Amino acid sequence: MAFVTVDNIFQSYGKRPILERVSITVDEGAFISIVGASGCGKSTFLRLLLDQERPTRGQITVDGEPLTGEPNRSRGIVFQRYSVFPHMTVRDNLVAAEALGANLFGILPSAKRREVRERAMRALDRIGLAHVAHQYPASLSGGMQQRLAIAQALAAKPRILLLDEPFGALDPGTRERMHEFLLDLRAETKMTVFMVTHDLPEAFKLGDRVLAFDKIRWDPHDPEAYGATITYDFDARDGGIPYQRIKEETHVLDPPREKPLASSG
Amino acid sequence: MRWINRHPGRALALFLTVVPFVLVLLAYALGSEARRAVNPADKLLPAPAQIAETAVRLVTEPDRRSGVILVWQDTAASLRRLALGVGIGAGLGLVFGLVIGLLPLARTGLAGFVAVLSMIPPLAILPILFIVFGLGELSKVALIAIGITPFLIRDLSARTAELPFEQLVKAQTLGASSLAIGLRVALPQIMPRLIQAVRLSLGPAWLFLIAAEAIASQDGLGYRIFLVRRYLAMDVILTYVIWITVIAFTLDWLLARLSRRLYPWAEVR
Repeated sequence: MAFVTVDNIFQSYGKRPILERVSITVDEGAFISIVGASGCGKSTFLRLLLDQERPTRGQITVDGEPLTGEPNRSRGIVFQRYSVFPHMTVRDNLVAAEALGANLFGILPSAKRREVRERAMRALDRIGLAHVAHQYPASLSGGMQQRLAIAQALAAKPRILLLDEPFGALDPGTRERMHEFLLDLRAETKMTVFMVTHDLPEAFKLGDRVLAFDKIRWDPHDPEAYGATITYDFDARDGGIPYQRIKEETHVLDPPREKPLASSG
Repeated sequence: MRWINRHPGRALALFLTVVPFVLVLLAYALGSEARRAVNPADKLLPAPAQIAETAVRLVTEPDRRSGVILVWQDTAASLRRLALGVGIGAGLGLVFGLVIGLLPLARTGLAGFVAVLSMIPPLAILPILFIVFGLGELSKVALIAIGITPFLIRDLSARTAELPFEQLVKAQTLGASSLAIGLRVALPQIMPRLIQAVRLSLGPAWLFLIAAEAIASQDGLGYRIFLVRRYLAMDVILTYVIWITVIAFTLDWLLARLSRRLYPWAEVR
């Protein structure tokens, strides 16, 4: 059964439509890459999945349940920047992943503190950040900060991980290593991942499916008149070469459920 | 080479730092010299030596009537008022700043109100404070607190609202409640800003303190200056002014050090 169902979503800011008629179903454990030109609603789509914004029309359900109206522990997020807390040391950033939700005050009971700290140190050991455990994130390189941000998001054990151009600011070598890091983690946790990226090779390398967002209607006199939707849904498994499996699953763009609207909003 | 690219070396930097101080002292000494050449009993610009003599007398000799050294008594009284007033202002500024910065409901309800409040000239309501709280300590402390609180609230709420939304979203995905976000994410990041804002508001705080002491008080640095004004005792006034400057500078320096010490992460950015 589909894990995440996006059902005919429209999103507009004021009069300006951003997304229109977006529908997709995603199985649990899938890695979805999202690509498209700037300003075509990729990040908006991610914010809708995160429940940071509500769609103007349509509904998103996760595991059969509609979203609740605000972000929660079931969905982790890594942004391109500002994802870690600058006032906490590297270790405390991981501890905070468990502490912030521990109670109303976000403070761990002293009995659990030691155990959580040790767990954080083990996690840092694994991601190769143990030697900077007591430094502040600002003194870390971009790649290290993003590794920390991903580890922090995963420490809360979300079922869905959302990545908003997580490697956009990294140099190519670091990016390569981050891909391996992410693939390892993913093989281990079997999470569902949505990743927005500008880098097509990256999208195809990491994703099981690659969704392309674009505008299907375009008014040259009013470029902002229409919103974007999912225009392609590629099968990116097996290096993007189809028909490598005995029973091939094809993802076909959902047929439009309504007649195209004269104007959306 | 363009002027914007010229940087002083070590020796030149030290020289340039000292020059304005030396020039002011020199100008004073020359002015004093000139006036005393005409009238040896001139009270307006006493000789630097005489000021030093008065300063030594003020900090070593007890008052004949009360038996205490007045400078220390005045300093203690003034610093107590200043600490209480600034402390109350900082506490209120921090709490309201965080609440207004974080909660849209509070922002809608309070931001406009605080913006209007901050336009009331505090000295204009000093008479009201004297009438309501009497001429005692309370009205002086209240004037300082009322004088700096609106600025602190506005500054800290703006700083809180400036926190990257990514951090607030991240904290929510880690399961944090509003209170936890306020206490663990916003508060620690606002503390260095609070210290910075308090440093900036120390100037107005001294202004309100000295104004309140000048009008109604029995001790305090401001009271003493306005008292000896009647005798044209410029040597005492100048000693007190220098002393106040030293205290204010030290406070500012201590706060800057405290911020660097407690919040080292705020320096690297």
